[in-house]
Amino acid sequence: MRRAVLGVGRAAAWRIRAGAESGQQRQRSPPLSPVPAPPPPAFRFVSRPGPAGSESETVEQSPPQSPGPGKAGDAPNRRSGHVRGARVLSPPGRRAHLSSPGPSSSSEAREELRRRLRELIERSRVMIFSKSYCPHSTRVKELFSSLGVECNVLELDQVDDGAKIQEVLSEITNQKTVPNVFVNKVHVGGCDQTFQAYQSGLLQKLLEEESAYDYDLIIVGGGSGGLSCAKEAAILGKKVMVLDFVVPSPQGTSWGLGGTCVNVGCIPKKLMHQAALLGQALCDSRKFGWEYDQQVKHNWETMTKAIQNHISSLNWGYRLSLREKAVAYVNSYGEFVEHHKIKATNKKGQETYYTAAQFVIATGERPRYLGIQGDKEYCITSDDLFSLPYCPGKTLVVGASYVALECAGFLAGFGLDVTVMVRSILLRGFDQEMAEKVGSYMEQHGVKFLRKFIPVMIQQLEKGSPGKLKVLAKSTEGTETIEGVYNTVLLAIGRDSCTRKIGLEKIGVKINEKSGKIPVNDVEQTSVPYVYAVGDILEGRPELTPVAIQSGKLLARRLFGASLEKCDYINVPTTVFTPLEYGCCGLAEEKAIEVYKKENLEIYHTLFWPLEWTVAGRENNTCYAKIICNKLDHDRVIGFHILGPNAGEVTQGFAAAMKCGLTKQLLDDTIGIHPTCGEVGNRRF
Amino acid sequence: LEDHLTGQRDYDLLVIGGGSGGLACAKEAAQLGRKVAVVDYVEPSPRGTRWGLGGTCVNVGCIPKKLMHQAALLGGLIRDAPHYGWEVAQPVPHDWRKMAEAVQNHVKSLNWGHRVQLQDRKVKYFNIKASFVDEHTVCGVAKGGKEILLSADHIIIATGGRPRYPTHIEGALEYGITSDDIFWLKESPGKTLVVGASYVALECAGFLTGIGLDATVMIRSIPLRGFDQQMSSMVIEHMASHGTQFLRGCAPSRVRRLPDGHLQVTWEDRTTGKEDTGTFDTVLWAIGRVPDTRSLNLEKAGVDTSPDTQKILVDSREGTSVPHIYAIGDVVEGRPELTPTAIMAGRLLVQRLFGGSSDLMDYDNVPTTVFTPLEYGCVGLSEEEAVARHGQEHVEVYHAHYKPLEFTVAGRDASQCYVKMVCLREPPQLVLGLHFLGPNAGEVTQGFALGIKCGASYAQVMRTVGIHPTCSEEVVKLRISKRSGLDPTVTGC
Repeated sequence: MRRAVLGVGRAAAWRIRAGAESGQQRQRSPPLSPVPAPPPPAFRFVSRPGPAGSESETVEQSPPQSPGPGKAGDAPNRRSGHVRGARVLSPPGRRAHLSSPGPSSSSEAREELRRRLRELIERSRVMIFSKSYCPHSTRVKELFSSLGVECNVLELDQVDDGAKIQEVLSEITNQKTVPNVFVNKVHVGGCDQTFQAYQSGLLQKLLEEESAYDYDLIIVGGGSGGLSCAKEAAILGKKVMVLDFVVPSPQGTSWGLGGTCVNVGCIPKKLMHQAALLGQALCDSRKFGWEYDQQVKHNWETMTKAIQNHISSLNWGYRLSLREKAVAYVNSYGEFVEHHKIKATNKKGQETYYTAAQFVIATGERPRYLGIQGDKEYCITSDDLFSLPYCPGKTLVVGASYVALECAGFLAGFGLDVTVMVRSILLRGFDQEMAEKVGSYMEQHGVKFLRKFIPVMIQQLEKGSPGKLKVLAKSTEGTETIEGVYNTVLLAIGRDSCTRKIGLEKIGVKINEKSGKIPVNDVEQTSVPYVYAVGDILEGRPELTPVAIQSGKLLARRLFGASLEKCDYINVPTTVFTPLEYGCCGLAEEKAIEVYKKENLEIYHTLFWPLEWTVAGRENNTCYAKIICNKLDHDRVIGFHILGPNAGEVTQGFAAAMKCGLTKQLLDDTIGIHPTCGEVGNRRF
Repeated sequence: LEDHLTGQRDYDLLVIGGGSGGLACAKEAAQLGRKVAVVDYVEPSPRGTRWGLGGTCVNVGCIPKKLMHQAALLGGLIRDAPHYGWEVAQPVPHDWRKMAEAVQNHVKSLNWGHRVQLQDRKVKYFNIKASFVDEHTVCGVAKGGKEILLSADHIIIATGGRPRYPTHIEGALEYGITSDDIFWLKESPGKTLVVGASYVALECAGFLTGIGLDATVMIRSIPLRGFDQQMSSMVIEHMASHGTQFLRGCAPSRVRRLPDGHLQVTWEDRTTGKEDTGTFDTVLWAIGRVPDTRSLNLEKAGVDTSPDTQKILVDSREGTSVPHIYAIGDVVEGRPELTPTAIMAGRLLVQRLFGGSSDLMDYDNVPTTVFTPLEYGCVGLSEEEAVARHGQEHVEVYHAHYKPLEFTVAGRDASQCYVKMVCLREPPQLVLGLHFLGPNAGEVTQGFALGIKCGASYAQVMRTVGIHPTCSEEVVKLRISKRSGLDPTVTGC
């Protein structure tokens, strides 16, 4: 059975991707040319938002960054030759494969064209890409002439390489149509957007300001995304400022540069998770011959101090690296006041105003509160926990997000009495079978769960470090109420975007009123052309540090470098660092069923027992892995889930393999590494 | 027709050797409805160590060594623990007997598990020492000397290998032990000299050091031959900085037992030509392995072996010089000596024999991991091999020194935590090899091995979003090429 699947060797795998490429999106201009068509794929391509789409860009992409020596020399000839020689109205990825001797020379030609367009845009006060017969283009030209502004107009229907230019423009601006208007290097948009900008005054503003801005780029928010974008822009020679200001939590906690991940997220939580794992390791070690009799106690203060020291060194490192790259760092709260202008308020309340040609919003999120009596006064959140100067003691964790479960997990690992209060389901958005397994492992390891309850009131019984709090909670299903006494109540019910108090309404950046998130297009551009956004505040994007870093970096390269590469949000892997770690990439089972229908999926799964657990006497039939395959697409792996030790380390490579179009057959053909947990995929399915 | 011809023979398939490969063959064939027998016999080591069903991996290889490696890692974690707030008084002593007993008990449970699995699948198991009588018949001798004749249509040889003893060193056989013995020692080996530079040598020396013993490795020439040499030297560097002693360029000449029971080893320093001696409690030979083919009477069946290595010669279908006799695993010439390789080769072979399949085993890009104190995982080509095959100018190597997050608070030295990816230089820069030195290297390497199997390019790996904070994310963040000459030390997130 297992081998009955169509043989997918390496060559065939490549063909799949070529097929996928032709089958996807880029159909707006079918090949019209004498260029030979690729061999038809030996199967029906099923539309798949997976890695295939991203693949095509990879292939044509030039080697990372620098154009390389020698290239500049032959550029002029190539430029005209290639652009003129571009006979085909087919998408660039395709032509790169077919009509040129090698992918590099073709991408060089495109690179040249792109550079030429950029020059045009940068040299012109107003640059309009137009078509002579297009009525919308005419309206825009008339608008500028009525304003008495001289425009540089390129009629795409009157130049040889018009189609090619339009493609490149669409890649730069994400706008496929003409007119395509730039004012003082800022992409304004098409006809409608230009008139909107005129009505809102933005257009006049753009026309006025020339390049009299203080900065090329101001980034609001010094977290993972903001810093990576700032550093990259600075490397590309731009004048960059980062505004970062941590509004203290209701409990008064604040921190240094680096944002959530470094200060109150990934870094401290993984270290506390590690501390908890060490507790487990100490238990295991007796079975492995290590001898100590005493009851080992955990000292919260020692751990926290060590972790905070590490974080301070990271804060310092970030400041240093900004300084090295000549990025201006201002420890002030940024708030837009008018177009291209931001107010920075420091700790003392002093206000300074800065202007910039472009902005990136990367303000991230902060923990949400319940909005019940006593929550802000007495509860803490993940903003406070990692630097808490005293051991939290008996703790109630409210929420079932990964933050909630991770915190509950390590607190229990230190030997604390921990209860998790869950309103509905665990780990919303994650595979629910896995989520339940994560929960039941925690339950077996001493974490108590109160399901279907929500707190309604928090009262302080005693002050202290920690004090004593009474929590009143009611059932979500009936009228039942319960009461409990805890030393600490940790809220982990979700996070809110920091987008409502930064003056976005002043410049017209649209946010989702309900979620506070900022919708952006696939080049991270907001509704205001010169304002971009990255990180956790983006609507519909994963809230993960590496994603923010990647998208920030790529954004800077697109804005200021010669890059076209967009951030690829498909198959982003992640890991939940609960006591038993849960790593995943691709779709949850529920989601896969929703998208592909149950009958088109094959799900392989297995329980496994890590070798190290055997001698340690830890439970069998607990660690678990499953892969979800799409039967309509060569059993391609569209979901990978693993629950076990070092899940993060295991998952990363699988994610890379999924980027390369991993199928069940290829999984079967790959040899395992013995004895590891990672080999489970190769050995057991 | 076939039934008529073969009706006389006892079994459809006879497997000689009950290790990973042999058992995989037997189980697969049984699942395909065939009548199968496995014969397995462990010739005691010169020191008298013997074990149960399951072969090298289970009894004297992967399983016990990874468990002892884990014991050593736990020692490191115990030292980390106070940094993370655990109040455990240092130093914590280690009891060999307790560890060895726990490990041995686990191995015994696996022996039992294998027997049960064979029974469940109705595979006949004989604990006999087999030798060929003719090309379809094998004679087995049981422990008591009782003989039995077994005949089969197909025979698979999977007898594996055993550690090699040096032949011209006085006292080597009398006083030395090998990896066949170390995991079954009831008492701590004490101060140990490990002779050899194989991964077995380094792994053993590594865990011995890790559980607090005095361990010295004597290496005649280069460590980890066949592996990437930059990585190998970093493995050694790490071990040396964590207490393992090395005698490089030295070769032992004799071993003597002193009146107090200690072993005195004499060796020659090959660079200076000087002779030196040292005393040890244990001398462990880890200088290589020899195939277990001598007692098989292969010539009776007409199975050809390599005159140099005594390993069995096979074609790409695992077929020997005799049409219905096959060989898999460590006993075969020119194959990687790895458990999962033997298992997969065995399964594929049986599927070809009885399952109508024609899939051949692909021995390229086999990932593996060396469980030295700092683990070294790799898949694909070493840098040297890549350069040899494609030329320096066509190879791009991306690399990084990184610091695992857990090392920071624990104050551990991360000088040797290093990753490199060997790629073709021309776009799309196909990945030729990945080399990872750091914690959980095996777990990290596995998925990337899949990626390489899928034909991963450098660009694709770079487009994979990292998992933060892990060590494996360093692989997808590799941006510095060796050619650039830039500092590959990772700083910041």
